[in-house]
Amino acid sequence: MIRIEPRAQTPRAFALGIPVLSAIVALALAAIPLIFAGANPIVAYGEMFKGVFGSLFAFSEMLTRATPLMFTGLAAALAFRAKLWNIGAEGQLYLGAMAAVAIGSGVLDVSGVVLLPLIIVCGAAAGAVGMAAPTYLKVRFGADEVVTTLLLNFIILIFLQMMLEGPLQDPMSLGWPQSAPVLDHGMLPPLMERMRVHSGLILALVLAGVAQFMLARSVWGFKLRAVGENAAAARHAGINVKRSLFGVAVISGGLAGLAGVSEVAGLKGYLTADLSPGFGYTGIVVAMLAGLSPMGVVVAALFIASVFVGADSMSRAMGVSSFLADLVVSMSLLCVLIGGFLAKYRIIRSNKAGATS
Amino acid sequence: MTDSTVLKLNGLSKRFGSVVANDDVSLTLNKGEVLALLGENGAGKTTLMNMLFGHYLPDAGSVDVADEEGTLRALPLGHPQAALGAGVGMVHQHFTLAENLNALDNITLGSEPLFALKRDRAGARRKIEGIIERSGLNAPLNVPVGRLTVGERQRVEILKALYRDARILVLDEPTAVLTPQEADTLFENIQAMTQEGLSVIFISHKLREVLAFSDRIAVLRHGRKVGEMATSEADESSIARMMVGADTPKVARAELAPGQPVMQLAGISLAGRSKRDTLKEVDLTVNAHEILGVAGISGNGQGGLARVISGLVHPSAGRISIDDRPIAKPSPAAMVKAGIGRIPEDRHHEGIVGSMSMAENMVIERLDDPEVQRFGLLRHDEIRSHAEELAQEYDVRGPGVTASARLLSGGNIQKLILARVFERAPRLILANQPTRGLDMGAAAEVGRRLLEARERGAGVVLISEDLDEILGLADRIVVIRDGTLIEAATHDRETIGLMMAGETE
Repeated sequence: MIRIEPRAQTPRAFALGIPVLSAIVALALAAIPLIFAGANPIVAYGEMFKGVFGSLFAFSEMLTRATPLMFTGLAAALAFRAKLWNIGAEGQLYLGAMAAVAIGSGVLDVSGVVLLPLIIVCGAAAGAVGMAAPTYLKVRFGADEVVTTLLLNFIILIFLQMMLEGPLQDPMSLGWPQSAPVLDHGMLPPLMERMRVHSGLILALVLAGVAQFMLARSVWGFKLRAVGENAAAARHAGINVKRSLFGVAVISGGLAGLAGVSEVAGLKGYLTADLSPGFGYTGIVVAMLAGLSPMGVVVAALFIASVFVGADSMSRAMGVSSFLADLVVSMSLLCVLIGGFLAKYRIIRSNKAGATS
Repeated sequence: MTDSTVLKLNGLSKRFGSVVANDDVSLTLNKGEVLALLGENGAGKTTLMNMLFGHYLPDAGSVDVADEEGTLRALPLGHPQAALGAGVGMVHQHFTLAENLNALDNITLGSEPLFALKRDRAGARRKIEGIIERSGLNAPLNVPVGRLTVGERQRVEILKALYRDARILVLDEPTAVLTPQEADTLFENIQAMTQEGLSVIFISHKLREVLAFSDRIAVLRHGRKVGEMATSEADESSIARMMVGADTPKVARAELAPGQPVMQLAGISLAGRSKRDTLKEVDLTVNAHEILGVAGISGNGQGGLARVISGLVHPSAGRISIDDRPIAKPSPAAMVKAGIGRIPEDRHHEGIVGSMSMAENMVIERLDDPEVQRFGLLRHDEIRSHAEELAQEYDVRGPGVTASARLLSGGNIQKLILARVFERAPRLILANQPTRGLDMGAAAEVGRRLLEARERGAGVVLISEDLDEILGLADRIVVIRDGTLIEAATHDRETIGLMMAGETE
């Protein structure tokens, strides 16, 4: 018989060991369907590795893919630290993207220096509103934010489609549901010649650093952690729980909005309804893999982006479906969750007679 | 009564990580006997009983339980079902009843076959009524348990164990939530049941009831059994000495005349969600140099009173003022600012943020203080050195000020909260159940600190369900019942007990 007992203390090695081990186990488990698909897993993973680190272009593609995941990962990590379950990063991302093209495509006649910061601020603000509204419903009426933020994603997506066939539609698009392009001087500058990786990455890294610092060192971060870990004690101690939740809602929504800005103004240049292949949802996985630590988000986003980009390239080289990437990512998440459980509890085997393990 | 042994614990040991919870503990229990298991908090009483009941697996040792013929048989360890089957019943300190079901359903819950199409309710009812008749454990069977009093719920818990044909009953701090009168009734019932051959182990902190109602006493300290004696040969001070390993000094209190009013509640009403939160036009004055004891049975409005004074709720009517200055917008922060120090009832849930460090928990009420932060950034070094000083001064022992507060023991968590509260020299101190679950050493420390604050000139509101504690510390006693306060003219235990039960005009 197997028994589960809480651990008195979690060994230190678990903090770093669990994510790394989870990634390895996930890759090992994903090798099984690879074998069934007729591929040699070692060769396949070799192709995957090459697809990320094989050339400067491949590596820059991985960084490009990691950028929005860093934003949405940070959005989820900060909100989750306060136990505010923002499942709506996908919708907030599109709100940010809509604000970016609405302002950046020439409606406003502002000079080049002002336009980019304005796009960034307005995109973040749009995302922030997208999270502040469900948080208000939560604080005021007790509406579960998991439900409201999740459902808002679909509302926002339909609203986006309406806008793309209406006010935001590019008159030059020949009827395609696509927005007018962001003006050149409103674009985030690229980081490397002839590569797609753009300065949104720098913004994401800086914000991750700031978030890490603020969480550990600021009164704001102190309150956020206290509210997340024990809202009753935080309230008893005089911390304004509602205000803390609103604060983190605005920041979380803003970060998700920046993911949209970064994709539109950094990568695509215009907005379509398939801008994000689920970056908002994957951000949740990134945050969980990172143990809700902002700097961890950077690493986890790089890992997941590597898996996706690598799997694409493996799929091209070996004819194996690139859905394998989803498999690896979901396996890693499951492994991290199991690992988190093992960090808190230990499993003891005992036989029927009751002798100890 | 016969002397045949029904239960033998043989050298049980259990460690959690580096903590030894039980070290080679052996006990025997005879048929029809009431054995009191005494010990400070953390002495290992509950762990020992949890091993008997199969919740924990011992690291060493074995348990023998007598079967119906009286032959001792080894009990498979680590299996609550096996313990139940062998006739061991346990009533936990915190009840495990489904509040929306009635007593009958609660009692039969879990003892019915999974795939039976029909429940034999009539048969179950007959059996329960038989038990009630023999034991005197009266409880209404048809009312949802949520509407029963605490005493009734406890009787339902005991009935639940007896319904499963328990021959050995373990009660974990059964009187913690009862009035003195209810407790006496409980022990009368227990005595009636032991006449029928039931054997009882009860865990308690209260020496008075242990001396009055047990046949034999076993004392645990630091996980070891340090003494065992017949109750007839025991007296209070010898047991207390055994529990703490030394004589406990009586708290010395100076005679002080009450000073100016510190806090006044005028016509405070609170429409709580439940009875435990409801207050009806409460007037209360607390003076400087005074400890005001609020006695009462659990759930008569103590929660509401504490929440109002803590600033956690807005009273629906009435005014609260400190030093004659009314508090316009009560909130926890406003109360702290007005000079109220609050020791919450549930120290784990409301007192500390377990995953944050000891040092962080010590400053959590003063995040605006320039000593704690500058320009919105925490001054980590100052916070740490300050926490080290406080830990020293208030004797908070743990793995260090940067370790999670969760790792502290209950007594040390309370000392941390004391340090946080007393450091600010508050005008008024609200101490809600400040010694519940603490060992004698830590409880004495809490009492000493409260008396110290009283001497300094603070007013203290001491809410407690432990009448002995109130009698020992309070200058003035009010009884809370059904959300109203009645001033008690005496310090007489019996009178106050009757007032708590509402049997007085």
